[in-house]
Amino acid sequence: MRTLVRPAQYVALACYILFLGFPLLWLLSASVKSSGELNSLVVNLLPQEWHWENYAEALARQGLVHSAANSAIVALASTALVILIALPASYVLARLKGAIRTAGVGWILVSQVFPVILVILPLFLILRTIGLTDSLVGLTLVHTTYTLPFALWMLQGYVAAIPVELEEAGAMDGGSRLTVLRRIVVPLLAPGVVATAMFSFVSSWNEFFFALVLLQSPENYTLPITLSTFIGGEGKVALGPLAAGSVLAAIPSIVFFSIMQKKLTGGLMAGAVKG
Amino acid sequence: MTVLASPRPPSPRPGRRRGPTGMDRARRREAAALVMPSLLPILVLSVAPLLMGVLLAFTDAELVRRPDYQFVGVDNFVRLAGNSFFWESFRIGMVWAVSVTLLQLVAALGLALLLNSGLRFQGLTRVLALIPWAMPPVVVAIMWKMIYSPNAGPLNAFLGSVGLPDDINWLADFSTALPAVIVVGVWVGMPQTTVTLLAGLQQIPAELHEAAAMDGAGAWRRFWAVTLPSLRPIVTSITSLNFIWNFNSFSLVYVLTEGGPGGRTMLPMLFTYLEAFKNRNIGYAAAMGVVLVVVVVLLLALYLRSQFREDRTEKKG
Repeated sequence: MRTLVRPAQYVALACYILFLGFPLLWLLSASVKSSGELNSLVVNLLPQEWHWENYAEALARQGLVHSAANSAIVALASTALVILIALPASYVLARLKGAIRTAGVGWILVSQVFPVILVILPLFLILRTIGLTDSLVGLTLVHTTYTLPFALWMLQGYVAAIPVELEEAGAMDGGSRLTVLRRIVVPLLAPGVVATAMFSFVSSWNEFFFALVLLQSPENYTLPITLSTFIGGEGKVALGPLAAGSVLAAIPSIVFFSIMQKKLTGGLMAGAVKG
Repeated sequence: MTVLASPRPPSPRPGRRRGPTGMDRARRREAAALVMPSLLPILVLSVAPLLMGVLLAFTDAELVRRPDYQFVGVDNFVRLAGNSFFWESFRIGMVWAVSVTLLQLVAALGLALLLNSGLRFQGLTRVLALIPWAMPPVVVAIMWKMIYSPNAGPLNAFLGSVGLPDDINWLADFSTALPAVIVVGVWVGMPQTTVTLLAGLQQIPAELHEAAAMDGAGAWRRFWAVTLPSLRPIVTSITSLNFIWNFNSFSLVYVLTEGGPGGRTMLPMLFTYLEAFKNRNIGYAAAMGVVLVVVVVLLLALYLRSQFREDRTEKKG
């Protein structure tokens, strides 16, 4: 009986690896298959011969590089805004007790529970009034709204991990408030800021719903929207370039998570530090 | 990447400390001044839209270029009560959210236990488990569309090779579309739950298991008597969060099926989106959003209360 446990466990683990890994393997494999092989009725897991031209074709495709640039612009701009807003707010949220903190945490929780549709309706009307619905500026503002609560939560966890005693010691040595913040808190907070910024970037880069609602002209499309327009026509779609484009679109998030992997396995992202 | 590891000295939790947290009154004022510049954007960008979204539900706002809209009281809600399509999509949303949440939990618990029992391939499994979570929903949807593809897809090819029917169009068939998207939902959400549960498992003191083993409890008995009860608080919170996320999900299913075939996968958020941006009834759609939020919060309150009750009776018994 006892000798059977380990093999059974490995069989179970193999099933998990297959379930989690197979779709990824299939996507990668499809991205290097020739169109002939993709459309044939014989289905192979690994391509018979490797065709890299799908990637070239995906990049040459109308709008893919352009929309990737749009995505990057929106992601960078909204990340900058999120960090600018969240940095001072997170410090206060972590260091203050009482009503301010309760209100802040309550708002963060509520914004996680709220369906995005209820947030986008008024934002859409406001943006339409100021003429920013079909624009990257409008999308940047909406993405800032969307990532801010969680980013603030992450960042305040990192602040809470810095012992107050360090700041008190700095103040005892005659440092003013700002000096203490600049010399002690900000340097210690740098890794947390980097992690939070990466999280914001990836959230914006991956985001689909708001972009779908706001963007109407193809020259403003972000990468997820452009990719989704490729699959609209069932049967007409060139699978190889679509798979290649999808792989390219997934790269930033996968890089981010491989870097964050160690922290993430310590618990939830926010729980990785003292929340 | 040790650069990202934040310094964590063994100081007591700030929340547990008595008295002020090293901040006197003057410092508090400074702190308030610090937060002002970020408070305004937070209020404008986040708090105001939440409140306005609720207010819109009581108006006849439309998407057409008509800037003026009026309060119409609870008209939208009265109309909504008789909208059978909305309630059908609500039912589908419940089936989706409950199935995905439960399957995620069971699958994640299994994987977390495996990873916690010191098997090899830990690194590989962890990376594989995190990737679905990291990928853009659109890419996940494209990937699974390829897998479910009726003629060139690997799933049907596999089924055919073992002698099962291989001509099912998974995402277009009335009876298989919802189960097919549920599987994708589980694939996406399982990793995060696994990571959370694994962290919980690693916090269970080994002494508990040792003591139970001394009392002659087998592995099975220890799982039910030690592991599960210790995980209870984590399971409760992760299940609540997952349920909310799943009930509110949009992008994955929108790209996979757009709510089809014949509305079989029309999740509530898809229905609300179409009402707002295709039928152009902003006010009516906002009312749907409000109803969905209220129902989810009520369900959650009931669930958390039942958990809380069990905790209390356990402590008494």
